[in-house]
Amino acid sequence: MALRDTLKAAALSVVFLALLLAVWHVATLPKEKAAASEDEYAKLLGKGAKKSEGFPTPAQLGATILEHLREPFYDRGANDKGIGIQLGWSLARVGAGFLLALLVAIPLGFLIGMSPLLHRALNPFIQVLKPISPLAWMPIALYTIKDSSVSGVFVIFICSIWPMLINTAYGVGAVRRDWLAVAKTLEVTSVRKALQVILPAAAPTILTGMRISIGIAWLVIVAAEMLVGGTGIGYFVWNEWNNLNLTNVIFAILVIGVVGMLLDFAFARLQKLVTYVE
Amino acid sequence: MSFLEVQGLKKVFAGAGSRPDTVVFDDVNFGLERGEFVCIIGHSGCGKTTILSVLAGLEQPTSGLAIMDNREIAGPSLDRGVVFQGHALMPWLTVMKNVAFAVRSRWPEWGADKVRSHCQTFIDMVGLAGAEDRKPAELSGGMKQRVGIARAFAIQPKMLLLDEPFGALDALTRGTIQDELVKIVQATHQTVFMITHDVDEAILLADRILLMSNGPRAVIAEIVRNTMPRGRTRHTMHHDPQYYRIRNHLVDFLVERSKRYQSGELRDAYDPKHPPAVSPGLEPEAAPPANPSAQPAAARPPARPAQVVNLHP
Repeated sequence: MALRDTLKAAALSVVFLALLLAVWHVATLPKEKAAASEDEYAKLLGKGAKKSEGFPTPAQLGATILEHLREPFYDRGANDKGIGIQLGWSLARVGAGFLLALLVAIPLGFLIGMSPLLHRALNPFIQVLKPISPLAWMPIALYTIKDSSVSGVFVIFICSIWPMLINTAYGVGAVRRDWLAVAKTLEVTSVRKALQVILPAAAPTILTGMRISIGIAWLVIVAAEMLVGGTGIGYFVWNEWNNLNLTNVIFAILVIGVVGMLLDFAFARLQKLVTYVE
Repeated sequence: MSFLEVQGLKKVFAGAGSRPDTVVFDDVNFGLERGEFVCIIGHSGCGKTTILSVLAGLEQPTSGLAIMDNREIAGPSLDRGVVFQGHALMPWLTVMKNVAFAVRSRWPEWGADKVRSHCQTFIDMVGLAGAEDRKPAELSGGMKQRVGIARAFAIQPKMLLLDEPFGALDALTRGTIQDELVKIVQATHQTVFMITHDVDEAILLADRILLMSNGPRAVIAEIVRNTMPRGRTRHTMHHDPQYYRIRNHLVDFLVERSKRYQSGELRDAYDPKHPPAVSPGLEPEAAPPANPSAQPAAARPPARPAQVVNLHP
């Protein structure tokens, strides 16, 4: 029954995709008749015969995808790099910013979660800093760090830190008192208590925070790279827009979506690993 | 001096805001001998769990002290094993690892093999052989509580503290585990202090039963000696005429007398330093002091003999 439902859903997904492609295809068919009379006019205006045909058709996109996948890592100068290289840059920035945020958020979250005093003292800062769009930090980052690539990492750091910090603090604060009492009666050292009782108990909540953070980081990196330029998938989108190559833009959008999905999927798997049933 | 000596224990919970403080219990005195099994019975809110927490070292009394083995209880210690009301197993660890967590805390110098075989002994003891690699969520309520018992016994504490360990179990399971507990305690000569709500459970398990009056300002109203010899079982103990005498005495107390300490009605003749020791069904003079030092109050004239006489059916 479950398998049959899965198959049904998959079939329906394929149908929806086919419908989408069909509508897209029909909507982007070249308008031959109407275009014929305008051709002369276009020639008069000095526009080339190879005029941009506007929105790409699904077939054009397919060809572009194949082309990119055939050679993902080519490098022909600053403005012409393979999609694999651009993705690599973005993932490296996200990875670095996310890891730095993790290194700060988890220990700090532990402290806040264990000390109600610290929680109250730091809460106003967290509440004010949390809603700030990470891109608002960009000028300050550029001014102080003076390196656009590292500034990108900083922006990822600042946007990933909050969900992880808040979730860690919450998870640590909500560890069942019973388990702490067990640790106490067994005279467990505080390091062992933190690593073997509190950490596993709070791990599902911490992983939830990490999953939210990586999602936000992936959203923000595209915008950040559009701003700082140079490399990365966000820069690629902006560059192709400047080239008026919408096919490449759509391709990049697809890639961003698929990679984001894979990142979320990976963290969902991790989350499943540390989740326990009470 | 008894193995465990509780002297003048008092606990006050500060009232929130303008509400007055609550004196949960006041001037609680009792003792436990080595190898003795003592149950404490009382209505909810009399502070039984707080007394147990103080003995465990998890809570500080407002005044008074508890001395175990000539040392004051100042904090949690591996000398006292605790079985918690809600089993308190770590759900991310298997049965074996839950027990091993305790064993490693007790003997950090032990190697993996030694820890494993030690844990196995106690897992087998509570009848959980074969379930070592299961997680608590895959166990029934009774099995979970067995793991809690194995974990507490495995550190071989000087005293075991049980906080209503079987309260959440169905009657059948409870009976089986009680039988097992009797066997284990007799084999290990473990000193046990246990909270219960169940009169029959207390009669089956305890050598002495502390009766607490209702809170606030609860006191240990009486100390009832179990006049049936050890070795009693669930299946046979109700054939002993003593069983009903003890049972009636306990039930009468819980239904009737436990409230009357609050109003002060029964307080005048009552000396909290020496709560009256009673042996239901036996003449007070004939009470067999199995271990005279075990019951300092036994040497004194019974505080309220009339009450004991009333118990004769």
